[in-house]
Amino acid sequence: MSGDPILTVDRLMMRFGGIVAVNELSFAAERRKITALIGPNGAGKTTVFNCITGFYRPSGGAIRLAHDDGRTIQLERLNDFRISKQAKVARTFQNIRLFPGMTALENLMVAQHNALMRASGLTLLGLLGLPSWREAEQRAIDLARTWLTRVGLLDRADDAAGNLPYGDQRRLEIARAMCTEPVLLCLDEPAAGLNARESGGLNELLLSIRNEQGTSILLIEHDMSVVMEISDHVVVMDYGVKIAEGTPQTVRDDPKVIAAYLGADEEEAIAVMESGT
Amino acid sequence: MSATSARPSHAAQPSGSAFILKKALISALVALVLFSLMIGIRTEAGPQGGLIYWTRFGDLAALVGAVFGGSIVVELLRQWWGPVDKDRVVPKPVQSAMSFAGRWLAPALLVFTFLVPVIFYNQRYILDLSILVLTYVMLGWGLNVVVGLAGLLDLGYVAFYAVGAYSYALLATNFGLSFWVCLPLAGILAAFWGVLLGFPVLRLRGDYLAIVTLAFGEIIRLVIINWQSLTGGPNGVSGIPRPTMFGIPLTAGDDGLAAKLGIEFSPTHRLVFLFYLILAMALITNWVTIRLRRLPIGRAWEALREDEVACRALGINTTTTKLTAFATGAMFGGLAGAFFATRQGFISPESFTFQESALVLAIVVLGGMGSQLGVALAALTMIGGFELFRGLDQYRMLVFGMAMVLLMIWRPRGLIGHRAPTVFLERNQAISSDLVKEGHG
Repeated sequence: MSGDPILTVDRLMMRFGGIVAVNELSFAAERRKITALIGPNGAGKTTVFNCITGFYRPSGGAIRLAHDDGRTIQLERLNDFRISKQAKVARTFQNIRLFPGMTALENLMVAQHNALMRASGLTLLGLLGLPSWREAEQRAIDLARTWLTRVGLLDRADDAAGNLPYGDQRRLEIARAMCTEPVLLCLDEPAAGLNARESGGLNELLLSIRNEQGTSILLIEHDMSVVMEISDHVVVMDYGVKIAEGTPQTVRDDPKVIAAYLGADEEEAIAVMESGT
Repeated sequence: MSATSARPSHAAQPSGSAFILKKALISALVALVLFSLMIGIRTEAGPQGGLIYWTRFGDLAALVGAVFGGSIVVELLRQWWGPVDKDRVVPKPVQSAMSFAGRWLAPALLVFTFLVPVIFYNQRYILDLSILVLTYVMLGWGLNVVVGLAGLLDLGYVAFYAVGAYSYALLATNFGLSFWVCLPLAGILAAFWGVLLGFPVLRLRGDYLAIVTLAFGEIIRLVIINWQSLTGGPNGVSGIPRPTMFGIPLTAGDDGLAAKLGIEFSPTHRLVFLFYLILAMALITNWVTIRLRRLPIGRAWEALREDEVACRALGINTTTTKLTAFATGAMFGGLAGAFFATRQGFISPESFTFQESALVLAIVVLGGMGSQLGVALAALTMIGGFELFRGLDQYRMLVFGMAMVLLMIWRPRGLIGHRAPTVFLERNQAISSDLVKEGHG
């Protein structure tokens, strides 16, 4: 692994009682690249995500985030909301977690909470309706409008998020995460439940986020069309350990990976591959 | 094949006379079992202290017969009405009329409220009642911040009302501070207690939060009862000074307002003054709440109600967000408490029982959680309606309970269930109550 990693996961351990969900996992995600974390169901991918985004406190190991300005943040020492507020790591959820009773625009405004709190002078200036607050609010609305346009939801800005179709909700959740202006965007199965056309649109969106915003992306995905098309680097997990990593091409041809997905022995997998070709 | 499958099935809704009779018989049987001991046999202590009893089988037969007949009538009515759905319960023209009324209701209500002391100047009872209603409107709006916006179920809201009332009463009687100095102090003290309550309950959700807040309300009341040296215990605090109009007392004396203005003194002046005072306080509560909803803190409250996990993922500090909700709600409760103390001139722990908390919570739930207009309407219905049924004596609670049950069947999410967005680009459209969450605590 050469280059400039934004996120370094070093011998990460996560135990739940006697169960070891993640065992000495080490990998790195490159800056301004898309890194995919794949593996069969129950491999521990979402647990890794929850450790990175502060929902779990790891049992051992280190997670380092290197900001553009040279700061390094130990993510395992932050928790809860501070991961998003201070470390600028945003995430989405496997089962969409929007605010269903609020409009799409409001969802994106909530995402800018910390910036707006500062602008409203911790509410006091905002309560008086000072011009500086009004400008800040207008800027926040403009940012939300930009992202609604990017994800193609501008005409549904004033609809309740819970009323949007499934695919739109997925994209709105990504837009909401981007409104926190993160350096690292963690997506938990963003293509789950999307049809072929929608996941094609998702690919374009993620590539544009990487290229235009320069945001690094870490994603968990089962949809191989997404993983193979847009990932720069793929990490494969099974039973809490890393079994392979590399470019999409090398991972696809790795017998260990195929064995893990087929639930078969390595030798059998090699036999299958050889008989197939 | 397709013709048979397309035919609507009647089997799902049994409607034959045999079904009706069967149902009526079962009801009659249940009634017989229930009433046979309660009505059929009457026991009493005899003259020698022994137990004597006699039977009343005639009354029992009449009651069982009534249940049998009533069951048939109810079932026939149900079949005549057809399956219950929303559109049938409220006919279309009524719905459209209501949406028209909805737009003009709030301004009309406000104008009417301003004119109440003019219209009912000579009716002391109505003025007193309107002051009471407005007090509950303010309490409802205060609790609405905690329950309606932040989705934190608070069953001990009366504690903050009590803190505000006692703050003013004790500061005014012990240190001679005026109402206008004590009012902000009462608000600040109540907010402080709100934060104090907030800390231990931050991790609790739903039922657990409700139980702890309920306990907090009781603790405050018990402390007031037992801390006799400070609060006077069950005797309460009396001789609380009446509010002055910026230093000018509303009394009959030479330095009173009436004498200064050169008009004849009337005790109604003070009532009118109290009316406009609580109206102003309630409207400030309303204005601040509406304002806060459009600020990041208010949006964070509502987001917290919708999904706490997502809030954390977006970098919102859920601890301070919850505490500010508790503190803001408590502050309004405390201000209303200070007003209550100055209006009554006397307060005792009896005014701050759990029943008050339940009443204010009922106002918020009935009004539609989060809706300002709904809460005002519910306070008017609950407090005003309660007075309306005063002639029914002991049946008052029964009628009132029935009315509430019916209202909740008709509008399960409160009088005004939909939510208005806080910001919009093109269309300001209300959000259906089906999508808005109640919060998990």
